[in-house]
Amino acid sequence: MIKFPIIRVITKLLIPYILLFAFYVQFHGDYGPGGGFQAGVIFASALILYGLVFGLDAIKRVAPPIVIEKLMALGVLVYAGTGFATMLLGGNFLDYDVLEHSLNHKYLPGGQHLGIFLVEVGVGITVTSVMTMIFYAFASRSRFV
Amino acid sequence: MNWVVFAILALLALTAVTVARLRQLWAAVMFTGIYSFLSASWMVILDAPDVAFTEAAVGAGISTVLMLSTLALTGEQEKPTKRSPLVPLLVVTITGGALIYGTLDMPHYGDPNAVVHQHPDPSFVEKSLEDMHGLPNVVTALLASYRGYDTLGETTVVLTAGIAVLLILRRDEFDRPAIASRAKRRQRKANA
Repeated sequence: MIKFPIIRVITKLLIPYILLFAFYVQFHGDYGPGGGFQAGVIFASALILYGLVFGLDAIKRVAPPIVIEKLMALGVLVYAGTGFATMLLGGNFLDYDVLEHSLNHKYLPGGQHLGIFLVEVGVGITVTSVMTMIFYAFASRSRFV
Repeated sequence: MNWVVFAILALLALTAVTVARLRQLWAAVMFTGIYSFLSASWMVILDAPDVAFTEAAVGAGISTVLMLSTLALTGEQEKPTKRSPLVPLLVVTITGGALIYGTLDMPHYGDPNAVVHQHPDPSFVEKSLEDMHGLPNVVTALLASYRGYDTLGETTVVLTAGIAVLLILRRDEFDRPAIASRAKRRQRKANA
């Protein structure tokens, strides 16, 4: 826990924007540069910044290690699950074209767009949680947080 | 090519030499962060904002934090070596020379007839907008759709790397009492 008030206030101001930017990079990746890998790292960096300034116990209350641990695997499951979903719908593994008419078009994008979206969400979840978990592993051994 | 290119490349070289010469590891970590930022700017100039993004977030952001936490575990001062630096210098010079020799064959920057723009399939660029039903980002289309298996593998690699780091580094709060009591028992046996 850092005592300097300026750092604490600035961190609190910055974190929402970092998280927002991470979401932008995640969900705008189909249109601009970005995607799951980059968004995951940016999201994790917001969490780690919080941990650095407010201490390991504070960040563990926000993102409990037990949950983060399960999210690591959940991301890969979402990715592979998308593949199996397309197989169940009659296509090949990760053949997003079969998603075209299988869901309500009014609210959700179809086909390739939906497939890429789901897959990138999976990547984002895994990268975020792996980065956060690695930080936990380092920080709970050292005395600097 | 304008002066910004040369300025960034010169700064990259300067930073690299500084990192190699520093014995104060804390400062060296900071300089590697600077190096990552400079590489990110260089990637922007090369029209690769995706790579620049990743370099800035991973290279300058997360790895700096991880290296600093490693320093907190190990120590901030590098041990002085007694060996002569001549052999490493020779190896580095030869390797660098070989790499520069390798670039002589490469096509010029932005050459439309370069092999990379011809060989895999120009149709990726031409057809992706139609294939993806209007998604304009070819990089995302390639990564997530045309090469979906590949990215699934990459994600699994990230997961595996995370698990490996946890297995090596983690100190499990739940296990600690058990380990402590086992150690105590062993101690008692040794005493007896």
